Amino acid sequence: MVYLVGLLLLVLLGVAIAIAAKLQKVMGSVQSNTEEDAPAPNNKINGALWIIFLIAGTVGAVWSYLSARNYFLPEASSPHGRETDSQFWLDMSLLTIAFFIVNFLLFFFAWKYQYKKGYKATFYPENHKLELIWTAIPAVIMAVLVFLGFRSWTQIMSDAPADAQVIEIMGKQFGWIVRYPGIQDNKLGNYNFKLIDDNNNNPSGIDYSDEASFDDFINVSEMHVEVGKPVSLKIRARDVLHSVFIPHMRVKMDAVPGMPTKFWFTPDKSTEQMRAELGNPNFDYEIACTEVCGRGHFAMRLRLIVEDKASVDAWKQQQKPVLSTILENDPKFISKIPEKLRAKAMDYAPYVEEVDSTTAATGSAAAATSSLR
Amino acid sequence: MSVVEANLEHDVHAHDEHEHHEELNFWRKYIFSEDHKVIAKQYMITGIFWAIIGAAMSVVFRIQLGFPGADISWMKPFLGKWITETGALDPNFYLALVTMHGTIMVFFVLTAGLSGTFSNFLIPLQVGARDMASGFLNMLSFWFFFASSVLMFVSIFLETGPAAGGWVVYPPLSALPQAHMGSEMGMTLWLLSMAIFIMSSLLGSLNYVTTIINLRTRGMTFTRLPLTIWAFMITAILGIISFPVLLSAALLLIFDRHFGTSFYLSEIYINGEALPNVGGSPILFQHLFWFLGHPEVYIVLLPALGITSEIIATNSRKPIFGYRAMIASLMAIAFLAFIVWAHHMFVTGMNPFLGSIFMFLTLIIAVPSAVKAFNYITTLWRGNIVFTPAMLFSIGLVSLFVSGGLTGIILGNSALDIQLHDTYFVVAHFHIVMGAASAFGFFAGIYHWYPKMFGRMMNSTLGQLHFWLTFAGVYLVFFPMHYIGIAGFPRRYYQFTSFDFGKSFTDLNMFVSIAAIFTFFAQFVFLWNFFYSMFKGKVAPMNPWKSTTLEWTTPVNVGHGNWVGEIPAVYRWPYDYSKPGSDVDFIPQNVPHSQTPESNFPHENAYIAQEKEIEAQNYNDQFQAH
Repeated sequence: MVYLVGLLLLVLLGVAIAIAAKLQKVMGSVQSNTEEDAPAPNNKINGALWIIFLIAGTVGAVWSYLSARNYFLPEASSPHGRETDSQFWLDMSLLTIAFFIVNFLLFFFAWKYQYKKGYKATFYPENHKLELIWTAIPAVIMAVLVFLGFRSWTQIMSDAPADAQVIEIMGKQFGWIVRYPGIQDNKLGNYNFKLIDDNNNNPSGIDYSDEASFDDFINVSEMHVEVGKPVSLKIRARDVLHSVFIPHMRVKMDAVPGMPTKFWFTPDKSTEQMRAELGNPNFDYEIACTEVCGRGHFAMRLRLIVEDKASVDAWKQQQKPVLSTILENDPKFISKIPEKLRAKAMDYAPYVEEVDSTTAATGSAAAATSSLR
Repeated sequence: MSVVEANLEHDVHAHDEHEHHEELNFWRKYIFSEDHKVIAKQYMITGIFWAIIGAAMSVVFRIQLGFPGADISWMKPFLGKWITETGALDPNFYLALVTMHGTIMVFFVLTAGLSGTFSNFLIPLQVGARDMASGFLNMLSFWFFFASSVLMFVSIFLETGPAAGGWVVYPPLSALPQAHMGSEMGMTLWLLSMAIFIMSSLLGSLNYVTTIINLRTRGMTFTRLPLTIWAFMITAILGIISFPVLLSAALLLIFDRHFGTSFYLSEIYINGEALPNVGGSPILFQHLFWFLGHPEVYIVLLPALGITSEIIATNSRKPIFGYRAMIASLMAIAFLAFIVWAHHMFVTGMNPFLGSIFMFLTLIIAVPSAVKAFNYITTLWRGNIVFTPAMLFSIGLVSLFVSGGLTGIILGNSALDIQLHDTYFVVAHFHIVMGAASAFGFFAGIYHWYPKMFGRMMNSTLGQLHFWLTFAGVYLVFFPMHYIGIAGFPRRYYQFTSFDFGKSFTDLNMFVSIAAIFTFFAQFVFLWNFFYSMFKGKVAPMNPWKSTTLEWTTPVNVGHGNWVGEIPAVYRWPYDYSKPGSDVDFIPQNVPHSQTPESNFPHENAYIAQEKEIEAQNYNDQFQAH
């Protein structure tokens, strides 16, 4: 509402200017022709408008910042995020100073040196010393900012710590598939895009000739991570470009088909803690897509749940390895697994009481999970 | 006073010894014209046409963003089936609108419209040439642009809609027709249109550079060129080097789409099938695209800065401060423009070491940009400023250039870009520094050179009103948009209601939308003024702004060949405003130093001896040569 009022005022200002200008014109023709000397009409009004704009703009900028900052994201929930945030605000404050100084000089000079009859402008084509100063100052400031940025950047982009929780996240039209290394071997198995099969329960193309794949499980709506422990995301895309964005963690990295990418960060505030801090019992960390990927781009939501080790482990226990789902629906799949690994793979098969052909048939029909599209 | 009178007299002497007197028919004169002034106007009108469409599109998607869920079935008459049964905007069409808005504004309005208009119009007039080096190629350049415009325009009306993968058309989305509706026929036409557009741009650019180097009049040395010409030349060189790279990117994309190659495609599973393509890289396209894409930003902005330099000097009645520094900073910006492209790609998974290098190179650009801003401000200092609409827009441009440029320092920092990449912070940044600033250059140029283009004056009061509404509007739209970006709102989202973090700025989004609609309607003040003045405007004097450059020595209605009689020679730089000792506040470039002993600096008296030499030089007159 406040905005509407503000805007209305602005419109009124515009109308006022128009009327003033019109009046000026009428008066000018009625009155003497002193105004004729000014090479452009309304020179004084326009000069004054620079000052009005300067004042209104300054008030507007400060006020809008004060009212908008309540809606910014809460403090970052990762150490690197807090570091880049503080650097952002440091840079921003320097830039805000420059913003006000430069715009002030520009508008003030425009007003101060507006046309005066009989005044002659100063012929002032150059001053090398001055030019040197204002080349050097930005150069020095830039050097400092580059140094700060470089330091954080190399830290953030360094290799993930060895103890990090490795999780694969794959973007697709229109959703995410999160894959965990499983609870037996804690190793992500191989994958191959040619094995991707939405209709037969292998939407992320897990390759079962690698035994590390057997216990891998996937989830399409939630990612659970342990608080305080580094998370190493292995990022993939299945069809077109996507980008993993976790606003509260200050994490962003593109997902590229054919080129796996990665990003690691340490979530150090649990979802519960954030709920308490923000006084919002419904708060959730969210993962979004920031690389346009088609119709459903704006709704690729994935919940990120940051919790203690016990809760994560309990959740993992409930998750069913993909292999189990596949074998449940298609017991014949076992023939596609290399012979020497079959025995191990059978551990993931559902309680096999004499698989007869009828149950197998109904099972696979029910399992035809449709893609999210 | 003597100076001006002498100058006037020079033109009154109309020698008509070598005038061309074959009347051209209507088609050759106005449609397939080879006259640079007509071609400039053709570019201008086409540019304005596109600007209206591009801006109207932004109003439609701003309504969607500001008022999500509102019933907009009243748009059905012109959007048809893109409005769903429930009166909502189709998400596919939302993406198409965003894409078309970007493509139209960047390429058709600010590249072709701005450069095409003012490079064509001003280069021959300001360097003192009868016309462009090749009138025929110049005509071809416009008609290629026109053809590409037609294709792009047709694509808007396709059943499946125009291209919709963002103006950057990143594959694989743009390469796979099955990926979304906007990658079907619309994308084919987009690529075709862009390929033709690039040819048009190259023909134009080659012509500009050739004309500036070869057809300068007697005495017009490089250090006597107005800054507009320097800006146009550097822009043209940027275009010549970078546009072919975009063409190659587009061609490879065409191959991937239609001939089964895998330049950009690898390991893709889509619509229930694994594609056979392996070995390509979507990142390759981004490198190629931004190798044009970043210089493109300067292709759009530099002409605007050139125009501003000229207008600020003229209306401050002062020489531009640091003429040589201005040229040097133009060159520095242009050079750096080629080695910063990957700052658009910090989070694509590119090697982080490259990120560091590109961050360093990117932030260097701040230095020449700062020099330019300070030079403009110093030019205002102790001037005698006349607020013509052109001057207002030029000062506004400097303000926008600074305000928008500053946030670039944040985005160019790879560590800070992680959070801000592809959010509204980026949208706000580039709309101010490149979109609005260049558009202001376009407006400034039109207001300033309108008298030379149409022989009539535009209404100043309406122009001033237009400026203040637009200036306030631009800041009202894009200043709050930074806040939305800081809050992490991603770009190209149909709506923000799917996410909890996207629910915070509903009011602000509404405000931005209202401000955008307001600014859009403010442009009708300009349109009215522009078309009304063409027929009913006050007849313009020869040199309404008391400017020093050569175009103002031509007659009010400039004919084919520009000057009646011989082309004036040039004896001085273009910024002799308020020279000490002179009793007028400007001395045009074609006034010899021998006529102004009262205001010559000691070193300038030496130039008097060179005057005979200049006059004896080859005429360089295209019309006389054969």
